[in-house]
Parts: sequence; structure tokens; C-alpha cells
Amino acid sequence: MIKRINPFLVVFAAACAAPLVVTNPSHQNFLILVMMSAQLGVAWNILGGYAGQVSFGHAAFFGIGAYTSTLLLIQFGVSPWIGMVAGGTVAMIFALLIGWPCFKLKGHYFAIATIAVAEILQVVFTNWTSVGSAVGLSLPMQQEGLKAFVFNASKLPYYYIALGLLIGTVLAARTIERSFLGHYFRAIKDEPEAARSVGVNLTRYKLVAISVSSFLTAAGGTLYAQKELFIDPASVMATSLSVKIALASILGGVGSLFGPVIGAGILTSIEEVTRQIFGGSGRGTDLILYGLIILVVAVYYPNGVVGGIKAWGERLAGREPGSGSGR
Amino acid sequence: MSVEILLQTLLSGVLIGLVYALVAVGLTLIFGVMDIVNFAHGEFLMLGMYASFWLFALYALDPIFTLPFTALLLFAVGAAVYQTVIRRIIHASMLAQIFSTFGLMVLFRGLAQFLWKPDFRSVENSLVSGTVTLGALQFGLPQIVAGAGAIGATLFIWWFLNRTRVGAALEATAADREAAQLMGIPTQRMFTLAWGIGAACAGVAGALLSTFYPVFPEVGANFVLIAFVVVALGGFGSVTGAFFAGIIVGVVEVVGGFLIGPQLKLALVLFLYLLVVLLRPQGLLGRA
Amino acid sequence: MSALLEVQGLGKRFGGLVANLDITFAIAPAQIIGLIGPNGAGKTTLFNCIAGFYPPSEGHILFDGREVTGAAPDKMAMLGVARTFQLVRTFSTMSALENVTVATLLHDKRLSIARERAMQALEFCGLSRRASVVAANLTVAEQRRLEVARALGLEPKLLLLDEMMAGLNPAEVQEAVALVGRIQSRGIACLIVEHVMEGIMPIADQIVVLDYGRKIAQGTPAEVRQDPAVIAAYLGEA
Repeated sequence: MIKRINPFLVVFAAACAAPLVVTNPSHQNFLILVMMSAQLGVAWNILGGYAGQVSFGHAAFFGIGAYTSTLLLIQFGVSPWIGMVAGGTVAMIFALLIGWPCFKLKGHYFAIATIAVAEILQVVFTNWTSVGSAVGLSLPMQQEGLKAFVFNASKLPYYYIALGLLIGTVLAARTIERSFLGHYFRAIKDEPEAARSVGVNLTRYKLVAISVSSFLTAAGGTLYAQKELFIDPASVMATSLSVKIALASILGGVGSLFGPVIGAGILTSIEEVTRQIFGGSGRGTDLILYGLIILVVAVYYPNGVVGGIKAWGERLAGREPGSGSGR
Repeated sequence: MSVEILLQTLLSGVLIGLVYALVAVGLTLIFGVMDIVNFAHGEFLMLGMYASFWLFALYALDPIFTLPFTALLLFAVGAAVYQTVIRRIIHASMLAQIFSTFGLMVLFRGLAQFLWKPDFRSVENSLVSGTVTLGALQFGLPQIVAGAGAIGATLFIWWFLNRTRVGAALEATAADREAAQLMGIPTQRMFTLAWGIGAACAGVAGALLSTFYPVFPEVGANFVLIAFVVVALGGFGSVTGAFFAGIIVGVVEVVGGFLIGPQLKLALVLFLYLLVVLLRPQGLLGRA
Repeated sequence: MSALLEVQGLGKRFGGLVANLDITFAIAPAQIIGLIGPNGAGKTTLFNCIAGFYPPSEGHILFDGREVTGAAPDKMAMLGVARTFQLVRTFSTMSALENVTVATLLHDKRLSIARERAMQALEFCGLSRRASVVAANLTVAEQRRLEVARALGLEPKLLLLDEMMAGLNPAEVQEAVALVGRIQSRGIACLIVEHVMEGIMPIADQIVVLDYGRKIAQGTPAEVRQDPAVIAAYLGEA
């Protein structure tokens, strides 16, 4: 047990102390973006990686979270912190409603259905004047401070909030992974029919996975809204966002706890680098890189970076990869 | 709302639906033969559009005449995609297969954006521009030609699959891969063929569309979702199903868009997908 | 004798294809019933109906006196019916211990207790030394036994074994026979689909023979072996 906790605490301490070393605001912003992407990736992974239900529509939950807390704030003056919980709840209810019929679908049919649902939601929001339609919503920034969840002078508080949210999400994922849910999810992913034969109700547990996943993703949406102070369907509900969220886990290692964090780190770095070199994503260079990465991972490293490292490590230890303890 | 307007909308839906059908035929062929959902199918269409556009812009060759070339070009692209990427993931997990074609989709879009910029292009004043008037109804000539071309291409595919030996071999591979192999049908060649034909279908659809539809790197996105709906409705693996489902989806899209507003068209079509897969997963004519 | 499982007039149709027709038999507690018949006789279909994977088209299934016709597989597992699969379906990325733990979790969601019980099931099936090996790296024979261990993890009253002896060498067949014997002495009834006659004839209390979806004979192994209808069914299959 002690061996497990230590690296975790070390990384946590390093993350807390990082802003003392990294003082350049744009570098700090980079780290914030990494953590936000990582948080979304870990949340996605609960459904996509652990339970094996690949969703390319998670932006729907992200957008629901962002819009719920923002609308509550603008129209009723509700604190964004409460809005975050409210957004998560709304997203969870939406997820349950969508999941219940859609979980009957297998594999690619389900993946396409998630795209369909998210796109429908985006179209609806783009044409719905009460929520700002395509123009979007601007968040009030006169009030500052922790209570208002707005920080103008320094972005540093966002850093710690993002870190907190990431840690909370990782802890949630870890708790699930180590509980009976972890076993059930992996069984559902590996052999759904065999899982049924040993008493696992597939729909019930897939719904559990999507509930947790959607709630956490929506929370990330609220953080985004409070940081950017502007949301519109194109920025919080687009399929390209869903793909990026999924990609973090795919790249880092679907089904591993820290895989999405590593994947988010790599992806965000690529975005930053291509932005510096090629000046913005208008040239498509980031897409080319993403595409190549997805292809290489899918064909040669389906277990992502983490999987690759594990296999490499086992080979170094002189063991056949996969013969060691299955955790 | 008059009868003429309804008829006009209906027939417009049929015309675009025929093009959707052609795209879906390619998609369903690939799925039928090897159980792989090609998320990059829209990009084959996009490449077909760009091929037609550049030949027109650079050499003043009309898309209708360059159509055969575009078909062959996309056939080659599809076959190449199979040989370089798909071949390696046939036996991989479904997750890996989904990610692979998804990766291709992202890659192709990025390449298109990089090579040809995100600007919208169009083929202006091609041979098939202008309108055709039938009584009170009016249709764009490009749309009519596109519809006719789509019918022609689909019939050709149908003839190929049902009246030629190679087509029969392809159908055999789709029905039972091992049995076909035991009978001496080379599976790898069949798979390459399926991808080539599938890509060519999308490419030809793209060429037909280029005469009236804007050309831009992300154009595949609109069509691939619709193609999924068509394939689901027609039945995964059924070419005939894809044909009729394409027409239905086209009509639903145009008529629905007319009734509830053009911005919600896509939502309507996607909603149709959800209805179909949840209520009748095998579609109209598909196998389970 | 109060039957543990009763199958009454069971029929299963797939569109126009009749896979099972009017099948009736019963299994008593701790009884071993062998289910044999030529290929395509409908044995696995019958299996799947009992285990809840297919809803029967007609007829009834009673388990422990309770009507369970058409109940879902996870419900059947809850009631005490466990099964193995003809083409092995172990959870390939999970270790042997984890595979069985998924089953033992059904009755107690506490992981430590479930693991202990899983370990016991593995020992019972002679797999305790391989507990931490990922299922994909086990031999086929070991994976078959793992499926049995996993099924036993449910603490079932009835175990459905689908061709567990296929492809095993004679020594492995004898090990499997011994395992079934141990299972029976635990009070668990077994319905065994089998082609490997040396594996099923010596241990079964009763044999049910299917042909073309119908039951054509039932009796002790000795009786069935001499039944002309059974002989015709097997010999008649060119």
C-alpha cells in the first residue's frame, strides 16, 4: 500500500509547488490547460476505458455543465460552485436518459449514436435563442474572488482549482477501479455475455459508469466557463472537442488511471507547439499530427503510452508481457 | 402550402437522396465484406470533390468528364488505405478498428486543410450549370445530373455485385469469409477491392456534388453522418437497402428541413438514426 | 423427488428454423445429466434457453419450483444457474483470480471476501498456482477449467457445462471427469453437453439425446447406448 501512495503524493506535491517555479503566466496557463484536459480525459476514461463504452459525444456533457452553471448564474445569480454541482446533476440525468436506450447498442453503433446525440444537442443549442443560440453567453466578471469563481488579476487560483478538480476526478476513478465496480466494468468490456452469465446486469453498470463520467465531465465544463468567461455551442459542444477528450485516453492508455493525464499532457503540448510554429490550427497541422498519433496508437500501441511502457518494463524484467499480476 | 411546393421539395429530396445513397453504398459494401465501419468515408468524398475542383480550376476539365478519372483515383486511394492501414487491424479489437478509421479521418482532414487551406471553393460555370423548369417546378441542372449519375453508379455497382464473377466472389467473402477462402477466393484481394470500390463510390458522389456543393476540407463531416444514418436505415451490409434508405433520408432531410427550418435538418436526420437503431436495428433489409 | 430444474415442452424457433421442439426432462439436485446428439441437434440452443440467453418460443422452464422461462442470464445467475461457454469466454485481460472474483462478487460485494472465495474456487479446480496469470496467457485446457471455477464462484445449484472436454487429450479428459465428480459431491447438479463419449458416459446419471431439435431418448448411459433410435441418429448422420 505504501508503495502505491508515495509516487502519487510526490506528484501532488510537485504540482502544488510548480507555480513557484513556473512563474510565466502563459506557461502557467499551459499547465492549467493540461490539467483541464487531463481531468476530462480521466472522466471519459471511466466510461470509455474502464467499461469499454467508447463515446465520441462527451462534449454534450461538457456543454451541459457549462451552460447550466452559466445560465443559473446569469439568470438567477446562483453561485458557480452550486452551479457546478447543478450542472453535473443535469448532465447525469441527461446521460441516464440517453444511456438507457443507447446501451443496447454495441460497439460502433453506440459510438455513432454518441456522435449523433452530441451533434443534435449542438444543433438545438445553436438555434435556441433563450440560451444565446450561436452567439453564445458572456459571463459577468465584475465580481471577483473565490466566491464568485472569477479571477482576473492572476490566473493562479484557476490553477489550484483545476488541480483540485483533477485530483478529485482521479480519486473518483481510482476508487471505482479498486472497488467491485472496477471488476464489473472490466468484465463488461472484455466479454459482456460472459459477464451476464455471472450475474452482471450490463445496463445497470453501464449507467453507473456514464453517470459518474458525465457528472465529472460537466464539472469540467463549469470550470471552463468560469475561466474563459464566454461559452457558445461551437466551443463547448463540438464533436472536435469530444474527439480530443477521447484522444487523451486513447493516446495515454485506455483503461489506466494516469494514462489520460499523460495523453492530455502530450496532446496539449502538441497543440502549443504547432500553434507556435505554424501559427494557429487554421493550417490543419495539429489535425495531421492528431491523425497520425491516433493511427500509430490504434495500429501499434492499442494500450497507449502507459501500455507501451508497461510492456517495455516487463520485457526489461525478463518477463513475457502480460504474465505478471493483473493488478 | 401548395402541392407544387410539396412536390418540389419531395423531388429535391429524392435527388440529393440518390447521392446519399451512392455514398452509403460504398460504406455498406465495406462493412458487409469485412465488418469494419469506415469513419473516414466522408474524406473519400471530400477527396473526390477536390479532385474534380482542381482538374476544373487548373485544366478547365469539366467534372462530368473527369468523373471516370476521379473514380479510378479514389479506387486507388481506397485500395492504398486498405493495404497500409486497415490490413493491420483486421484482427484487432473493435476499439482499435474504430480508432484507426477515426485517425484516418482526422489525418485526411488535416492534410486537406494544410494543402488546400480551409477556404470554401466551388466549381463555377461548369457544363452542367443552370436550371431546368418542369411546369411550375424548378430544379438545378447539377442536382439532376448528380441524381442521375448516382443512379447510374449505383446500378453499375449492383450489376457488378450480382452479374459478374468478381462481384460474386466479393459477395461470397461478405457472406462467409472462411468458406470463400476455402473455395479459393483470395480474401486479401477481396478486401482491397471492397475498399477500392467503397472509396470510389464516395469519390464519384463527391465529383457529382462538386458541381453545386461547396468544396472545403471538412465537407466530409456532413456526409459521413448522413451516410451512417442511411446505412443503418437500409441495413448494414445491404446495397439495395442503402439505395432506398438514401432516398428516404434525402426526402426526410429536405422535407423536414422545409417544415421545421433548415438549421435543424441535421438534427432531424440524426434523430432518425437513433430511432432506427433503437427500434429496428437490422434496418430495412439488413442482416442481423 | 422434487426436481431442481424442469423443462416442459420447450421449443425455440429462429424465424423459420426450428432449433428445439417439445423437449421435456427434469434434473434432480446433485444429479448429472448428459446432453448428447449429432451436430446441429439443438443442444447449445437448449442450453442457451435454460441459461437465459434465448427466450424460448414455447414451453416452460422451472427452477427450484419457480417459473423462470425467459429470465435474463444475470437473473438466472442470481437464482443459482451457472454456465460455461463452448468457445471459451474468459475475461482475457484479467487474471485468473480476477475472473473468478467477478463471479463471487455477485453474492457479496466486499472485494476481500470475494477474492477469498474466488481463491477457493480456483483451488477446487486446481488452478491456484495460476491465480495471478492473465487469462489470455493460460492454456486452453486451463481456460476451460477457469470457466468452471468462475461458474462455481456463483455458488450455483445447477452448472451447465458446454463441451468442456472438446480437444482435450485423454489425461485431461480424466482430470475433467474427476472435477465433475468433485462438483457433484458438493451437491451441485450438472447438465453437460458433450461429444466426447468417454468423458460423459462414465459419470452421467441420465443421458438425454437430441436429434433434429427433438428429444429422442432418455435413460441411463447403458440404456441409451443400446437404444435403436439413438444408434440410428448417429449412424444415419453420414
